This record gives sequence, C-alpha cells and structure tokens, in this order.
Amino acid sequence: MGRYIQRRIAIAVPLLLAITVLIFLLLQLTPGDPLDSYIPPDQPLPPAQREALRHQLGLDRPLVVRYLYWLRETAQGNLGYRAKTFEPVREAIAHRIGPTLLLMGTAMTIGITVGVTLGVVAAVRQYSLLDNLLTVLAFLGLSLPVYLAGLIGLYVFSLRVNWFPSGGFSTPGEPFSWGDRLHHLVLPASIIAVNYVASTMRYTRSAMLEVLGQDYVRTARAKGLGERVVVASHALRNALLPVVTIIGSYVPFLLGGAVFIESIFSWPGMGRLFLDGVESRDYPLIMGIALILAIVILTANLLTDIAYAVIDPRIRYE
Amino acid sequence: MSEASRQPSAISRQNGMGDGLQMRRAEVVGPVRQTVRRFRRHRLALAGLLIVTVIVLLAVLAPLAARQGPNEIDLRARNQGPSWSHWFGTDRTGRDTFARTIYAGRVSLAVGVVAVAISVAIGALLGALAGFFGGRVDSLVMRFTDVIMTFPPIVIILTVAALAGPGVRNTMLVIGLLNWPVPCRLVRAKFLAVREMDFVTAARALGAPTRRIITVHAFPNVIDVLVVYASLGIATAILLEAGLSFLGLGVQPPTPSWGNMLNPARNVSILEQYPWQWMPAGGAIILTVIAVNFVGDGLRDALDPRMKI
Repeated sequence: MGRYIQRRIAIAVPLLLAITVLIFLLLQLTPGDPLDSYIPPDQPLPPAQREALRHQLGLDRPLVVRYLYWLRETAQGNLGYRAKTFEPVREAIAHRIGPTLLLMGTAMTIGITVGVTLGVVAAVRQYSLLDNLLTVLAFLGLSLPVYLAGLIGLYVFSLRVNWFPSGGFSTPGEPFSWGDRLHHLVLPASIIAVNYVASTMRYTRSAMLEVLGQDYVRTARAKGLGERVVVASHALRNALLPVVTIIGSYVPFLLGGAVFIESIFSWPGMGRLFLDGVESRDYPLIMGIALILAIVILTANLLTDIAYAVIDPRIRYE
Repeated sequence: MSEASRQPSAISRQNGMGDGLQMRRAEVVGPVRQTVRRFRRHRLALAGLLIVTVIVLLAVLAPLAARQGPNEIDLRARNQGPSWSHWFGTDRTGRDTFARTIYAGRVSLAVGVVAVAISVAIGALLGALAGFFGGRVDSLVMRFTDVIMTFPPIVIILTVAALAGPGVRNTMLVIGLLNWPVPCRLVRAKFLAVREMDFVTAARALGAPTRRIITVHAFPNVIDVLVVYASLGIATAILLEAGLSFLGLGVQPPTPSWGNMLNPARNVSILEQYPWQWMPAGGAIILTVIAVNFVGDGLRDALDPRMKI
C-alpha cells in the first residue's frame, strides 16, 4: 500500500510542476510592461531610473531565473498581491475557499447519495417505467449546462414558489445559524449536483446490472437470502467499485460549475472571486486561484486512487 | 470516411466477380452503406438529425424565418410579453426575441463548428505524431494534455479568454485551441494500435515514406473516431460558448448569441419579470445539445458500438 501511494505521488508531483510552468508562462503573456503596475506609464520617470527599478525588481533576469524565484515564493505561500487593491492573494483566497468547499462538499454528498440510490433502484427495476423515466431524466441532466440549471432553478424555486432565498450566504442582519446557512446552501448545491447525480446514477446502474448477473449473486439468492440483503450487501458493495473512480474525476467539473453558480447565487466563494479576477484582469489573483484549483484537483485524484486501492486490493498489484 | 471504407468494399466486389460466384446483395454492402443503414435504425438519432436540420435551416434562413431584424429597436414595444406580432416577446430595447434567438443560432452554431474544426485539426495532427512515433514525442504530447486536462475546462477558457479579449473570432479560437487534448488522445490510442498492424509494415516494406504511411494508410482508421468526436464536441463547444458569453466574456452584444442572450438574466429582476427574454435562448441551447448528442450517439453505434468516447 505504501509503495502504491508513493508511486501515485511520484506521478502527481511532476504534473504539479508542469502546471506551475504553464501558469507562469501564462502570466508572461499578459500584455504590458510589469513595471507599469508599480509606476503608472503616464508618470514620467527617467529611463535610467526605470532600468534601475527593473534591475532592482529582478525583471531583467532571464525567464528561467524569474520562474525559479516565483516558484520559491509560491512554495512559501506568497502568491503575490491583487492588481487593484494590493490585498495579498493568499488572504483573498483564504477568505473565499471555505464557502466554496462547503458548496462542493454538499454537492458531492447530494450527488453520491441521490445518484447511487437512484442507480440501484433503476438497476433492480430494469426496463420498468421508473427505469425508463430515470434514464430520460439522466439524459436531460447530462445535457443541461450548469448556468442554465442555475437560472431555471433560481427562477422556479426561489422566484416563483419562494422556497429558497435567491442568493447570498446568509440572511443579512440575522445572527449566524446553521439552519439559515443550510437554507441558503441547498438550492445552489443541488443545482451543481444535477450533472453529478445523473452520471453517478448511470454508472451505478450499469455497474449494478453487471454485478447482479454474476454467479455469486445467484448463489446468494439460491441459499434463500432475501432480495434486500442480496442487493444491499452482496451486489452493491462490488457495484460501488467503479463508482468510486468517478467521484474524484468529477471534482474539476464541480469547481467549474462553482464559477457559474456562485455568480448566479451571489455565493461568496472562490468561483466568484475568480470571475472578479477575470473581469478586472487581475492576473496575480487568476494565477493564484488556478494554482490552488490545480492542487485541489490533483489531491482529489490522488485520494480517489488511494480510496480505490483500499477498497479493491487487486488494483495495487497491477 | 470515403477513402478507407470504400477500399474493402471494392475488394469484396472484385472478389465476388473474380470468383464468378453469385453473391447475395446483402454481402456486398459496403461499410458506408452499412453505417447509414445502422444509423437509420437508431430512432433517437434520426429524431436528433431532424431537429438539428430544422435548427440549422432556421439559422441559415434567418432573414426569411424572422419578421424583424435581430437589432431592430422599437422603443415603443419594450419588454413586451409574447404576442402575435412578437412570438417570444421583446427585450429591454424592443428587439424581437424570436428574431434574436434565430440569428443567435447562426453565431452559436458557427462557433461550435469552427471551434471543433480547430481542435480536431490540432488533435489529429498531434495525436497521430504521438501515436505513430511514440517515445519522447509521445510522452511530451501526453504530459501536455495531462496538464491541460487537470483543470476545469471553463477555468482555462476563462483565463485565456481574459487574456485574448472577447469577440466571436477569439471565442472560436479559445475554445478550439483548448479542446484538442480529447481528440488527440483518441487519435493517439488508435494510432498506437494501427502502427503495429501488418498493412503498415507492408507499406513500410514497399518503401513508402513515413508521411505517406501516416496520411494515406493509418489516418483513414481514425476517421470514424473523429466523426463521432466532432459531433459530440460541437455540443460541448456550443455549451462553452454559451457559458463564456453568459459571463460576458464571449460573443459581445449587439451580435446575438444564445449565451449572451442569457446574460441579462443574471439580473434577478429581469430573470423574474421577463422570462421570455432568456427562456428561448436557454431552450435553444438544450434542444440543440440534446439533438446533437443523439446524432453523435447514433453515429457511434452505427460506426462502432464498442467505441469509447
């Protein structure tokens, strides 16, 4: 097990380094002289002094040297400063990462529980009316882009029937309570989970059908076990193996969905911070968030691989 | 498709004649016709094709289908609900929503098609090189796709779109230039298998230059995968365009696109009070994406049901 984890990490580290190179190169593509953010170009400064400042800031060094400097600072947690407000990028992200993780975690929980349950039901009642209905719904769910799901969800559930607040993190002016937070959380999290529910359900259904056709399931039935026990404890355990792999692979899509949903529901998370950064061309912020996202995604992939190896020992020896 | 798939059928026809045997018609059906036949049996795919055809016709014939221009402002008829003279109502400057939805189809479909053409071209080229030569070229290309595919697509696209600036052309380029890893991997996987096959060895033994082996002998084998990818990819590209334009970073008004027609709905009062202003564009996106996906599924099943895309 230990060696397996080591090997996985050995694959993830160079990938992360490659990502930092890509992010750094993107930063270099930004138009304009980086000096301009220190000295506005309309303020005259003698060329000699400009060059002195350039030298002092290290901007005259070769690209590779600058990359290594940047990497060292980044590794120490210094992500630079926001272009307009000069707030440290690290602080800006630290304030916003909590709400996003809360949204992601809730969406994942909804996606897995609802998706697996519906998938099992659909498989057990294969080709029934319910199964066909769920198949159609899953197809719709997979075709529905998250921003449209957000608009429709907001329109129906908070503007037409008024079940949920139309946005925000908590009711303004009221003291914090978990009930209030949950009330604000349910709708956006469910909407991000729509795609996730649909694909988890399809995966569970096909995995379950495959397992239900196997000999050991027939043996379990033959020795007189009730259908409930056969499905829930014999079949489901093995059917969940492939489902575990998609849990991690969905993290990038959930984070992508967060950009839209946080914007539609005014959720104070990283997705909206990222969008603010994109709209105001705040490159240090964009790069900082991209880096954090990459780390989150690589970690999720790593955890998925490890979880998969824990529940299915065959994986480790491949 | 034509080159590759016609070859075996020509051979079987020749054999049939050469042997002087009377073969039943069903046995000389070429792969193309077989594919068409299998596709026609796929009812959802046919329905999808019909819907796509109608949508494309509406977009192409937009000036005939709409009674108003997409940018015809009528300040006396602002924010009106659906009526006989404005089927889908009007927006905040009195422009006809139906006309805008149809004209937007031109932009959204064009972005989808051009973006996919770009990503297929790049992906096929790099995938072919990686799969055929293997070794260092392969690992370089694959590691690069790994890096790009780590990120949520919308995050990279937003970042690059912010650098490139908005507009129809940049939207096409950004989506096209960032979506090639998927076709690249598909082509590479197929090339890895093809390069070991006897006909490639034969071509090499006959002294064919590598370039000719790749383009004439190996490439026809990936056309089916690329056709299926392209159809499913168009749906993805349309969704990405709509997402970008929805956030105001893609196609810019007054040029209508399905995505930027959704943009005003970010304002809760417009979302609530004038649903006819955003629902048609949303409906058009969903309908197009579902129909295109049906066609793609049908093509995959007709070409090779075991294909994994």
